[in-house]
Amino acid sequence: MAVSQMIGASIKRREDPQLVTGSGRFVDDLPQNAVLHLHVVRSSEPHARILAIDTIRAKEADGVVAIFTGKELREEFQAPLPVTVTFVPEKAYPEQYPIATDKVHYVGEPVALVVALSRAAAQDAAERIEVRYQALPAVTDVEKAIQKDAPVIHESLGSNLSYDVKRAGGDIEAAFKEAEVTISQRLQQQRLIPIAIETRGVVADYKPFANSLTLWSSTQIPHFVKVWLAVILGIPESQVRVIAPDVGGGFGSKIRVFPEEVLTALASRRLGRPVKWIEDREENMRATHHGRSQIWDVEIAAKRDGTVLGLRLTQWLDLGAYCSQFGTFMSLGLLVAPGPYRLAAIDGRLVGVFTNRTPTDAYRGAGRPEATYVIERVMDLVAQETGMDPADVRRRNLVTGAEQPYTSLFGFTFDSGDYVAGLERALQVAGYDDLRRRQSEARKQGRYLGIGLASYLEICGLGPAAPTQANTGVSLWGMGVVRLHFTGKATAITGSSPHGQGHETTFAQVVSAVLGIPVADVDVVHGDTGIGPMGMNTYGSRSTALDASAVHISATRVREKARKIAAHLLEAAEDDVVYEDGKAFVKGSPAKSVTIQELAMAAFQTNRLPAGMEGGLEATTFFDPTNFVWPFGTHVAVVEVDPETGKVSIERYVALDDCGTRINPMVVDGQIHGGIAQGIGQALFEEGVYGEDGQLRTGTLVDYLVPSAADLPFFQLEETITPSPVNPLGAKGIGEAGTIASTAALMNAVVDALQPFGVKDVPMPASPAKLWQLMHRNGGRKG
Amino acid sequence: MRQRVSMTINGTNYEHEVEPRLLLVHYIREQAGLTGTHVGCDTSNCGACTIEMDGHSVKACTVFAVQANGSQLLTIEGLAQGTQLHPLQQAFWDEHGLQCGYCTPGMIMAARQLLARNPDPTEKEIRMGIEGNLCRCTGYHNIVKAIQAAAKVMGEGAERKAPATAPSARRD
Ligand code: FES
Ligand code: FES
Repeated sequence: MAVSQMIGASIKRREDPQLVTGSGRFVDDLPQNAVLHLHVVRSSEPHARILAIDTIRAKEADGVVAIFTGKELREEFQAPLPVTVTFVPEKAYPEQYPIATDKVHYVGEPVALVVALSRAAAQDAAERIEVRYQALPAVTDVEKAIQKDAPVIHESLGSNLSYDVKRAGGDIEAAFKEAEVTISQRLQQQRLIPIAIETRGVVADYKPFANSLTLWSSTQIPHFVKVWLAVILGIPESQVRVIAPDVGGGFGSKIRVFPEEVLTALASRRLGRPVKWIEDREENMRATHHGRSQIWDVEIAAKRDGTVLGLRLTQWLDLGAYCSQFGTFMSLGLLVAPGPYRLAAIDGRLVGVFTNRTPTDAYRGAGRPEATYVIERVMDLVAQETGMDPADVRRRNLVTGAEQPYTSLFGFTFDSGDYVAGLERALQVAGYDDLRRRQSEARKQGRYLGIGLASYLEICGLGPAAPTQANTGVSLWGMGVVRLHFTGKATAITGSSPHGQGHETTFAQVVSAVLGIPVADVDVVHGDTGIGPMGMNTYGSRSTALDASAVHISATRVREKARKIAAHLLEAAEDDVVYEDGKAFVKGSPAKSVTIQELAMAAFQTNRLPAGMEGGLEATTFFDPTNFVWPFGTHVAVVEVDPETGKVSIERYVALDDCGTRINPMVVDGQIHGGIAQGIGQALFEEGVYGEDGQLRTGTLVDYLVPSAADLPFFQLEETITPSPVNPLGAKGIGEAGTIASTAALMNAVVDALQPFGVKDVPMPASPAKLWQLMHRNGGRKG
Repeated sequence: MRQRVSMTINGTNYEHEVEPRLLLVHYIREQAGLTGTHVGCDTSNCGACTIEMDGHSVKACTVFAVQANGSQLLTIEGLAQGTQLHPLQQAFWDEHGLQCGYCTPGMIMAARQLLARNPDPTEKEIRMGIEGNLCRCTGYHNIVKAIQAAAKVMGEGAERKAPATAPSARRD
């Protein structure tokens, strides 16, 4: 394949030969001689005072090197764990340190550390530690937590309310005055547990006499971890190196600076030896943050013709026991709740509440699946109330191509796209009209087919720097270095830190396309803060739009410099020299050319460089786009619910996605598949359940149902391609789109299937037991 | 307390003194140093640790190392012949059957057993056959396609090559 066609080529991933042969290097696979093993003793109580920690018997156990309690470590922390602004600057929150000292606030909070010669020895010794607690009443329900007599989790705050703030746009009173239809509905976003198949893990190697720390972590954000380890532990940032090796999935669950990264580093510093901590699954389900855990109260003002005029929205966000680093990021959901629709008014209220549960933070989509769920349920509720077809309600409200660039009522301007065309194409591919016919015939035979639509618009590709600084407290840009070596091979260093997204392949395609060198000649380096400038890591479907764009710009700058050198070597005017497919030549005489390999060499030889030109052939770019990117699309789910068992089977799933330019369509499709599956998991299977006693009832993979291959169908993918005008690649994000759309599409299909039973909404997950009950209440009579 | 175990993994003999409670998966990873077999849970749900023991597919976290004494094991590292990938490895690569790659070794080992028992499975049989292996990245779409592709290639080989570890009765 010609290198100029590299953008848009489904080439196989260069990451894979390592991984399919078992030669990947995840944290627990790194060769580490003489490493000590850390076990974190965690709170068994959801809310309690720590009266005493007796470590004497544990210290005597075989193989124990050291034991530390929170009190002993407290003075080593020069700052608490970070918390960002993320859309709610008004919030009140307590400082969180990596390990508890006097009080515990959720089951799983660290209370002591055991370091031993082996993992088993550390675990054995941990069992001999006796923590005496004075139990306090726990609260696990958001609405109960804000009642006057509720136990207060953080005394310093005086209550469990972190914030209760308004976010409004448009004239809501006018909307409700004009309304012919009003509907109220409570929508649940159950608590989810992310479950990357690799749990977290850390290896820390502190060198006492150099005061330097190297830390390997299964993280999405090595660059942020580096900064915060330096700040919290008081080590000069230049002496801290954080490396994310192969990382076995993230989905937001590895997006924060975690207590264990600090604690493992601290143990290594205390002992002057490398220390390793590997999370086990049970621990992971309590110690790594959870997602969603929200309630949305919705009031809809609409007209009989399906026009949605305005929404009153309250988002109740269960923060868990602390405000996590991006704990309020999900409030973005309210700001983008209009989705791809024209909507004149939103009267929004955000309420954040502490409970005695594991803190919540980003989980695939973070705020945008919730927003899409709300607006897509709204569209179907309006359809049900007005008797219109759900597709027609969407047609009535969608922003049209002619209205672009459209500015939403919270001031976001969309980048590009014809959302109506996307909807129509998805309906056509799915054979929508025919599906509706089949549905009504099936109903006559007592079979319950449901068709669910979800038209989404996703804000992603975070930056740009200024609005992300203002709204999240962090300036987000893309970072890319392109360096040509003496022999014409290239290294690209990216600020993103992938964990399955295939950047080593796609970013090499970008460099290959610009410089006209084979993909095999481009090495892509990521996830190592010791190499290259600070990057902004991987989350929020940002890597291609920002970091691949930065790589693209750097490669272009390298090419331009190479062209200048070529002009000098060819003794031609710079403007007369063109660069094509890895060669530079004077316009019209391609026979006499200089290759990029020769130019790379010349860049290091003063006798061949133009006078006054600096040597070397490399460029560094910090790319700040002019806007977010806004991928969009429509997903169509077709399900059948068995009235005998309440079980949902997914008959068909059609996804139309527009993510702009696709650098590697195969990789894009893979992202969509995985995203859809995760959204379906929320719709049908997953729920993190706590008892009133504050204990996690779904604390293993036996109780917490992650979808298996047998639960899912093949997905049918379709596309439209509308390049984004805000980055040089025209790319929009695609890492989260599947999840953002599929939960809503599935649930709309389930509710649609149950329409004959008078069902208007089903709280997720749509388990067989729940659906069976809805189909058999009133003795099975239809509503 | 410690017991002597010896077993053959991918054709190489290993012998160690181990604690009776040591799980086979930890033996493989830490004593034999073969880290391609992964751990993803503590309840035998995820399948990341799937290997072959005496010709049968097992989750190596459900077996003690001492129970594998005298056994023939095959792990992901034993599939490729030099740089020549096994058809399943090749198919996972060709079909983009992996993203983060953490579930992949277990998934490939489970698929290998599935095809050994049923060389021409339907989509449904494939989905049921790998039900005990969780993947959070791919939605299984391309995993199923990869197994279909591998089945085709392996079926096309006029005579199917015998598995690297011949099935044999398990010694206890
Ligand atoms: S590690 Fe999960 S099944 Fe063995
Ligand atoms: S590829 Fe990541 S878990 Fe399967």
